[in-house]
Amino acid sequence: MKKQLFVLLFALMPFMAWGAGGEDVPHSMTPDLQDQDSLQRGMKLYVNYCMGCHSLEHQRFARAAEDLGMPQDLVEDNLIFSSSLAFNDQMHNAMKNEDGENWFGAPPPDLTLRSRVRGTDWIYSYLLSFYKDPSRPFGVNNSVFELVAMPNVLEPLQGVQEKVCAAVDRPVEGAELDPLTGKYQACGVLQVTQPGSMEPAEFEEVAYDLTNFLAYVGEPSKLQAQALAPKVLIFIFIFGVIAYLLKREYWRDVH
Amino acid sequence: MGNPNKAKAESGFMRWIDDRFPATQMVQEHLTQYYAPKNFNFFYIFGVLAMVVLVNQILTGVWLTMSYNPSAEGAFASVEYIMRDVEFGWLIRYMHSTGATAFFAVIYLHMFRALMYGSYKAPRELIWIFGMAIYLALMAEAFMGYLLPWGQMSYWGAQVIISLFSAIPVIGGDLTQWIRGDFLISGITLNRFFALHVVALPIVILALVVLHIIALHEVGSNNPDGVNIKAKKDETGKPLDGIPFHPYYTVKDLVGIAIFLFVFAVVIFYFPEGGGYFLEKPNFEPANPLVTPDHIAPVWYFTPFYAILRAITFSLFGLDAKFLGVLFMGGAIAVLFVLPWLDRSPVLSIRYKGWMSKVALAVFAISFIILGILGALPTTAARTVVAQICTALYFAFFLLMPIYTKLEKTKPVPERVTG
Repeated sequence: MKKQLFVLLFALMPFMAWGAGGEDVPHSMTPDLQDQDSLQRGMKLYVNYCMGCHSLEHQRFARAAEDLGMPQDLVEDNLIFSSSLAFNDQMHNAMKNEDGENWFGAPPPDLTLRSRVRGTDWIYSYLLSFYKDPSRPFGVNNSVFELVAMPNVLEPLQGVQEKVCAAVDRPVEGAELDPLTGKYQACGVLQVTQPGSMEPAEFEEVAYDLTNFLAYVGEPSKLQAQALAPKVLIFIFIFGVIAYLLKREYWRDVH
Repeated sequence: MGNPNKAKAESGFMRWIDDRFPATQMVQEHLTQYYAPKNFNFFYIFGVLAMVVLVNQILTGVWLTMSYNPSAEGAFASVEYIMRDVEFGWLIRYMHSTGATAFFAVIYLHMFRALMYGSYKAPRELIWIFGMAIYLALMAEAFMGYLLPWGQMSYWGAQVIISLFSAIPVIGGDLTQWIRGDFLISGITLNRFFALHVVALPIVILALVVLHIIALHEVGSNNPDGVNIKAKKDETGKPLDGIPFHPYYTVKDLVGIAIFLFVFAVVIFYFPEGGGYFLEKPNFEPANPLVTPDHIAPVWYFTPFYAILRAITFSLFGLDAKFLGVLFMGGAIAVLFVLPWLDRSPVLSIRYKGWMSKVALAVFAISFIILGILGALPTTAARTVVAQICTALYFAFFLLMPIYTKLEKTKPVPERVTG
């Protein structure tokens, strides 16, 4: 028994400090790579709102079309805007790095692997956390990424959020519980003060679809891995059973 | 004309071969007439598994090399090219990256087995030393391989480790520059690490594995009882407690290999990043010499030694803390080489050693794990104290070994293996 414990300890070593790297963000989401509708909407949003500045240097239009179930002509007609980009090209942005540096202070980063660097919760929270801040060059700040250089390009959809004092359902640090309503009175809460073209719930779906799409772009092979894994595991399992039966047969004569 | 007693096939093609190359002889010596103790337990699978992983690393490595671009400008993009545009490139790459973790996992368990059953003791000292040399080469191999994706952690991890050499008095500065081939880590460093990772070190490792196994087959395998099976032979000269490696252990090992492959495949397909411990998150960003990541941590299999390095926060005997840390880190590995001569116990296996050896081994294993965890975390004052205690316990296990193995009362060792 003692031996087994040792083994377990050793085997668990890499997992013991699991999750130590996670950043604390206000929202969470679970990517669903099987949800093609969401991924297609995410790609549409990406090329319309993000790709002007943020390239996906390692992601090809053609690969996305194949994985997300979109025919080539539909992609070429609706998702590729630049005449210099072809269906088999990577999703390059329209902006020069020097321009980005001049306009924003830093070139907008490539987002191909952002979901693997920051995690999807961070991207999702970031998209939902812009708020009005007149002291910033573009009039907005972001509570997940303070002093960010990026303007809130989704503002026409989301509307303008502001940090306000409001009653919220979940406990916030320093907030007082109102015994009558059962809610917490907190300040610094983000709330839409000038509505955009979408309701907050609708906009959360926009943020979800975009994040889901970036989760896909971060690791397109995950779809292939999910499809291949059961076959490989079943094969190894059957191989293991046969190997065991063979071993049992041979070891009959060992005493 | 060679040994006339050599085993040869009666006739036919094999006879033709055997007259020119000792094929049948070798198969008999190393497989069908290599007698291994019949009481191997679970812990005896890891040597075979290390071979399986070595083959995996070499094969996947060869295919990765076909598409990898070892230049500062192209390395990062070529890894993503492998992940996306090469057929099954993602699988080959994850097999290789997960293989590195698997390699160290099985090697650590293999070494722990040797510690438990005294496999390093006479007459197996050379097997142990060859094994330690493999471990050392493997660490160099893994360290250099980790630079190749040219991500942020590749770059800064290498930066931290190479700069350790600068702590060496007098020659430190020139030495680090000589290792890097540049004033900072650059494409030049990447190119030489690539050459060492794919050509030089694999040759060294393969050669050492051959030596390790030849030495093993010369003296025969140890077993959980530490009993010498060659002492009791039947009338034909076969050990009573031995069974031919093939077919008995080949079929038994197949079962172990299947179980291992199942776990290995689950990680490859579902957890290739290992929660950020096999593939670290900052490594998905290209190397940037101008931006240091918030927290630089080595991959999990180096963390125990990294923790020892960081535990030395004081100067001693006129040596500054950094150099002392490097000495302790090096010493932690060097002391393993002399282990066969530190153990003065008359018995091999932990089963028949006294309570002091058992406690010492348990404390050592726990300290090693704690150091491994601490090495992955940012330091705090409290963690540094814990790391210092664990470092002391790590060294105590070895340095006190000549005393406690001699003092303690051992149990009588049976003449034949048990169960």
